[in-house]
Amino acid sequence: MSQAAAAPAPIHSPATDAAARATGLSKVYGTGETRVVALDQVSVEFGRGRFTAIMGPSGSGKSTLMHCMAGLDSFSAGSAMIGDTELSGLDDRRLTRLRRDKVGFVFQAFNLLPTLTAYENITLPMAIAGRRPDHAWVDGVVRTVGLSGRLNHRPAQLSGGQQQRVAVARALASRPEIVFADEPTGNLDSRSGAEILGFLRESVRELGQTVVMVTHDPVAAAHADRVVFLADGRLTDELLAPTAQSVLDRMRLFDAKGRTS
Amino acid sequence: MLRTALRNVLAHKARLIMTALAVMLGVAFVSGTLVFGDTVTSALRAASTKNLKDVDVSVAAEYLPGDGPYDEHRPTALDGKLADRVRELPGVASVRAGVGGSATLAGKDGTPVNADNSWQNLAANYVPGPDGKDPRLPLVSGRAPSGKGELALDAKTAEKAGYRIGDTVRFATTGPALTKKLVGTVHTDDPRVTAGGTLTVFDTPTAQGLFLTPGHYDEFSVTAEPGTDQAALTAKISTLLPEEGASATSGAELAALQSEQSEKSTESMTKMLLVFAGIALFVGVFIIANTFTMLIAQRGREIALMRAVGASRRQVVRSVLIEAGLLGLGASAAGFALGLGIAAGLRPLLNAGGAGLPDGPLVVGPGALLWSLIVGVLVTVLAAWLPSRKAAKIAPVEALSTVDAATPVRGMVVRNILGALLTGAGVAVMLYVSTLDDGDETNLMIAMLGSFLTLTGMIVLAPLLSRPLVSLAGRVTTRVFGVSGKLAKENALRNPRRTAATASALMIGLTLITGLTVAGHSVDRAMKQAAVQGLTADYSLSNSAYLGLDPKLGEKVADVPGVAAATPVASTGVTLDGEYAMISGVDPEQLGKVASLTFDSGSADDLGPGEIAISTTLAKRTGLGVGDRLTGEFTPDGEESADRKRLKVVGVYQENQVVDSALARLDDVLPYAMGGTYDSVLVKAEPGKATGLDRDLREALGNSPLLKVQSQEQLTKEESGAIDVMLNMMYGLLGMAVVIAVLGVINTLAMSVFERTREIGMLRAIGLDRKGVRQMVRLESVVISVFGALLGIGTGVFLAWAGGSLTAAGLPDYTTTLPWDRLSLFLALALVIGVLAAIWPARRAARLNMLGAINAQ
Repeated sequence: MSQAAAAPAPIHSPATDAAARATGLSKVYGTGETRVVALDQVSVEFGRGRFTAIMGPSGSGKSTLMHCMAGLDSFSAGSAMIGDTELSGLDDRRLTRLRRDKVGFVFQAFNLLPTLTAYENITLPMAIAGRRPDHAWVDGVVRTVGLSGRLNHRPAQLSGGQQQRVAVARALASRPEIVFADEPTGNLDSRSGAEILGFLRESVRELGQTVVMVTHDPVAAAHADRVVFLADGRLTDELLAPTAQSVLDRMRLFDAKGRTS
Repeated sequence: MLRTALRNVLAHKARLIMTALAVMLGVAFVSGTLVFGDTVTSALRAASTKNLKDVDVSVAAEYLPGDGPYDEHRPTALDGKLADRVRELPGVASVRAGVGGSATLAGKDGTPVNADNSWQNLAANYVPGPDGKDPRLPLVSGRAPSGKGELALDAKTAEKAGYRIGDTVRFATTGPALTKKLVGTVHTDDPRVTAGGTLTVFDTPTAQGLFLTPGHYDEFSVTAEPGTDQAALTAKISTLLPEEGASATSGAELAALQSEQSEKSTESMTKMLLVFAGIALFVGVFIIANTFTMLIAQRGREIALMRAVGASRRQVVRSVLIEAGLLGLGASAAGFALGLGIAAGLRPLLNAGGAGLPDGPLVVGPGALLWSLIVGVLVTVLAAWLPSRKAAKIAPVEALSTVDAATPVRGMVVRNILGALLTGAGVAVMLYVSTLDDGDETNLMIAMLGSFLTLTGMIVLAPLLSRPLVSLAGRVTTRVFGVSGKLAKENALRNPRRTAATASALMIGLTLITGLTVAGHSVDRAMKQAAVQGLTADYSLSNSAYLGLDPKLGEKVADVPGVAAATPVASTGVTLDGEYAMISGVDPEQLGKVASLTFDSGSADDLGPGEIAISTTLAKRTGLGVGDRLTGEFTPDGEESADRKRLKVVGVYQENQVVDSALARLDDVLPYAMGGTYDSVLVKAEPGKATGLDRDLREALGNSPLLKVQSQEQLTKEESGAIDVMLNMMYGLLGMAVVIAVLGVINTLAMSVFERTREIGMLRAIGLDRKGVRQMVRLESVVISVFGALLGIGTGVFLAWAGGSLTAAGLPDYTTTLPWDRLSLFLALALVIGVLAAIWPARRAARLNMLGAINAQ
């Protein structure tokens, strides 16, 4: 509560050290009658070495924001950058290469190829790039997520939590500029979910990784350094050093606003 | 249930399209064949009816054995007096007295026209009617031939040979060249002529002089007065005929006979085509089964829901089968329509190859339509039957589970054991076949059974074999293409049954193609080798109508400058101690100059009168050896009683193409040879004089179009031509099965892409570009195709090797030789097929909307 009160926080952190940045980012579907504004002039920065959560009710545009900033989806106006690379104007081939080299992904489900072993899944982005994995680094990541004994297992032989740990390891293994996680705990029980969040948290603290996570779960968001709130395609608020309770309170505030407005 | 089934067909039309195409092509083959058969039969019937339009009774002369040596100039039972007596019968309107024969032309440039098919080169007499014109042979230009020095030609024949009216035409009826002046051209519909033969027309006395005896005829075509009873007239005419040597047939009977014959010949062709249509449909079965297995897997939740709300197992099965039936019906109807196109296109195609089928409208019988639909629906429903059983096993509770249950890996132990048993039995049978050396009917049936078992066993075993073989192929793709190669391999291994079924479809076609190619290639090689084995002569002279060479010509050959030796060979049938064999007569002093026979014992250098040499095979068969004495029964040409001679064996030689299985002096054989003629004259040129000698030989022997002068090279070529034609035909017929198999590969890939939408989305997200996705799908396709091709080529080579022994009796030089160029071509073809089949699925995969793919449920 106190943090929230203390911070009429700047929505734009200092531009010097952002791993990803959106400026006036808009995404519009359709035209005329069927026109839907999914993102409306969103400007946001994700600080390097920070763990940011994007929250909002369903339909708020939080996933769209992530997809646009990660180079998975195109946007209508504005700019999105990863490191010093501007995404607008990149063709599919360059975007693909950018994702491959600079971005790590953790999805809600179906992160893994069932035909590959855990280890092969983890090193898949490097295999795609045709690079040799940095063995020491990969070993470190694997140890961190606690998969050491299961590297030769196929996804079908792993539990849901273990599968998601493989996904986290894959996202970290290539030392990307930034990791985007889309509801990474959505399909997991609370204990496995907490583990995954712990690993993401740890990767930020220990490895200096930048992580951006989309979630609708206040408990999950509480693992982040900072939470940004989205509603109706607009950035509405942010919270530093959140707790589950502070996030929940802030969301209640939205709901109330949403109902009154 | 019908409504559900119909909805399902419509909902999955994109996914069913390849399957429908496969059924459609198979059915098109069937319906095309059936309609083509009906069309040709009806056209042939129409042609014979047209031919017999004015013929109410046909009286034909018969050649009777026992009339003495076969002589073209013998008198027949039909003469002018008999013709007049027939003419005077009440009810007879007219009698056309015909003379028939064969004449082969030399073109204007001197080259023989269609000499290798001299049976198609007809000759006839011109029979002017009351108006001076022959209604059977309407004039196209010029006038009718009259007198000894004139002839007319079929208009197309004249054009082909390059003759114009006023030209002197060179031709031959038996051996020597003759010349007459071309005065007119006529038109004929005789199928032998339209199929590439020729027709030469003379006036009646000239034709009689060439082919019969003056005043005699081959056939009377009797036209009756309107209202005359054919049967009664036939009976009346029969009473005028001598007891032997001629017979009368009514026009109706003749027409029935002819159409029965044409039906029979069409039927055998239709049957052969249907076998290949069956193969194509069989290949289609794999695709249909694959599709329904995949559809049911994808629809598991849906089916479970139906079960949960009260549908019985049987209803679920029925729904799937009805869906298959609807698909089969629609595809068969489309296939039937396509088949009409095939049937329409087949005649010009076959006629271009010289089949000589008459024109006629496309005949679409109800039988063809009915059978096409029945076959199409039945095949589709039967192929969907096994998958439908799987649908029935889906438990209602599966509808309630929220997670996709991992597809249980069903054990393939039973399948593998069955496959091993079938393959083992097939291989055992084929190994037994490889020890046989006689291609009789029983052995042929055994070989076919063995081939069938082996192929079926391989199909059943294919999933088991897919693991090592695909892994091996995958190692290559991984090395060359990196991660997309590795993913392709893993995808191909993911569902061994599906991969195997897809590859099996290709395997069947390639097994047959490879088997035929290897066998054809080996036979070809053996025949080429045999054609010139033992032959050291530079040229072989013979009659292209197999009428033999006049011994007088043989003497002339020796006098041609540049000829070092000319040895005639005559032959006849002989019974040696009860064994029938062909015996060649040669001049033993000359034989060594044109041939080199290998003798196992004895020799033929001093072959005296009453002495013979025999081949090793005949020696084995009769148990005769050098020094043995025996009785030979020689039957003179045209006689029934045989002359018995005491003979002595003086040598045993190895089988060769120069002489038959027995050898005697020319003087001992020639009296019994057909027409007292030589089979051939073998010519050895003086050193350095061989090139161009063929022209001189032709010139010296009067340049008869029936004279065949062949060099060693041409003898070899003559042997191989037929095999190539047959192989190309088989490739064409099996091509349909391969095309359907390709549809199967496309189908499997499209389904796989559909099933793996989420994976592909994820791969795209983490950095696999479109090219990589395309390559992944393409490589999977190539891996499956090459797997199928390897199985097919391997099986085909094995079957051809094992079955090759059956040709040993006919071709002692037969050894299985692998045509590596062709085999590597097939493998390359499989690669290309893989790449082509992947075009559409790969493009779809690459174009998948990434976000949609990730979020797809």
